[in-house]
Amino acid sequence: MTQLALVIDLNVCVGCHACVTSCKEWNTSGGAGTMGDQNPYGADPTGTFFNRVQTFEVGEFPNTETVHFPKSCLHCEEPPCVPVCPTGASYKRKEDGIVLVDYDKCIGCKYCSWACPYGARELDEQQRVMKKCTLCVDRIYDMTMAPEDRKPSCVKACPTSARLFGDVHDPASEVSVAIRESGGYALMPEWGTHPANHYLPRRKTRIKIHEDELERADNPLKVDRQLPKPAMAEPTLDDVTTW
Amino acid sequence: MHPAFSVIFLTTLIGAAQGLFLALFTAQSYAAFKLLPQPDAHDFYGQGSVLALLLLAAGLGASFFHLGHPERAWRAASRWRTSWLSREVIVLPAFMGVVFLYGLAHWLDWHPVLTTLPGGLPVDPSAILGVAGTVLAFALFLCTAMIYACLKFLAEWHSPLTVANYILLGGASGFTLAAAFASHTAPELVGFLAGWAAILTAAGFVSRCASLYRNCRLKPKSTLRTAIGVKHPRIVQKTQGFMGGSFNTREFFHGKGVALLRSIKWFFLLAAFLLPLAMLAIGMQGGAGVLAMACLIQYLGLLAERWYFFAQANHPQNLYYQSIA
Repeated sequence: MTQLALVIDLNVCVGCHACVTSCKEWNTSGGAGTMGDQNPYGADPTGTFFNRVQTFEVGEFPNTETVHFPKSCLHCEEPPCVPVCPTGASYKRKEDGIVLVDYDKCIGCKYCSWACPYGARELDEQQRVMKKCTLCVDRIYDMTMAPEDRKPSCVKACPTSARLFGDVHDPASEVSVAIRESGGYALMPEWGTHPANHYLPRRKTRIKIHEDELERADNPLKVDRQLPKPAMAEPTLDDVTTW
Repeated sequence: MHPAFSVIFLTTLIGAAQGLFLALFTAQSYAAFKLLPQPDAHDFYGQGSVLALLLLAAGLGASFFHLGHPERAWRAASRWRTSWLSREVIVLPAFMGVVFLYGLAHWLDWHPVLTTLPGGLPVDPSAILGVAGTVLAFALFLCTAMIYACLKFLAEWHSPLTVANYILLGGASGFTLAAAFASHTAPELVGFLAGWAAILTAAGFVSRCASLYRNCRLKPKSTLRTAIGVKHPRIVQKTQGFMGGSFNTREFFHGKGVALLRSIKWFFLLAAFLLPLAMLAIGMQGGAGVLAMACLIQYLGLLAERWYFFAQANHPQNLYYQSIA
């Protein structure tokens, strides 16, 4: 069975908020209605977002590390927000595992937001219904788009490719390989919600340089220095040979 | 959590109405077995049911203010298989219907004997409706409480004590109201009803104190470490991603100081339990004014209790919203 999800690489995320703005831009322009903002240019602006980037500092100065942490609906495999919904407006799609809200059935009782430990749901003050990430369900199946564009808007926007999108139930998919080989993990595993979205941890970047890499292995006689040095006007050896 | 007044009024008003109905039917049952004098059915049971219905209607009305789309509220009856909220939406009108019929049977003095119990006790429609109403009243207490108790993320609510509190506090306020009401319509029952109100208030005090004791010793299951998946003992949020407020910063924080929270706790322990207990003890001998006062003070106390119930619950999503910038 398919379970579409995002895999977010915290080692690569630079906290630029491009995913936040592109998400808002795409989803506020869609057929489902705007993501309302209140007082957008006033002293206390507020509005609906499906995606946020937060920043945490880990460790104690001077040994600190900054972790930028994008957060959106995790499309849990056991979504606690779905069974509590009294109207059935919140549902999990069987065909691809996306958790969605039917805005025409939602009564705006906010109970699902209480039942989500991640705070992934926000009540739209304008439409008075609960909203959350749809994994750009109106993009990923849009056959009028080029295949490379059939991805969530946040994934397309990420300048560092920190966001991967795919089927986490397909062991050969890019996301499954990333989870398996780069230590992918789920948030708050203690609640048994089995989030479909995964995060890749920060990694230490180390380069091991071997002795022979500092010397030219194809120059056993160590005669580099004796190569003729061209005059200033002449083309250098790099220009005329292919090595 | 942010306490919503719509829900505070809903839960306290229908709790009192359920308690009042249980008090009426308890008195009727005792009277049927000749353990209590028979009151004027039209006045006590009939008008008492009207009072319960008014409270239920007021609670139902308050609940609509909680909804973003009240005109779609009928849809909320559809997911009763999984959602306690949906179950409450079904049980509440059903209970109202039974209370209405129960009151109507008494109001019209409609008491045809349908059957007789082995002891020769006649069974009339009001007895059957009373049993049905009792079952529904307890079902409604269960639904209302389980809406909160079933949320495992909110450890303060996720306990059988939540169910016990809703039953006992609703019962206590309903019996106190019944005692105050009986002092006008059925003075011979005041001692009995005030006695039960005192017992329920005392039991509610014990169970609410038990939940307060439990809640102040809870250890949160989620931490910033599990929230973002970084295994380091020292993690500090630097920004939550926006500087204005959001639904997440409004809905899940009460925004009040520790001092106010603590004073509300002491207020409700006094006003919902200790003061009404003393006044019920005085009013047991009969004193309409004292009982009315007990009822009013207990209701104010329960409003504070319900406010505190919501404010005290700490949602794990708050881990993600600790620092603006």
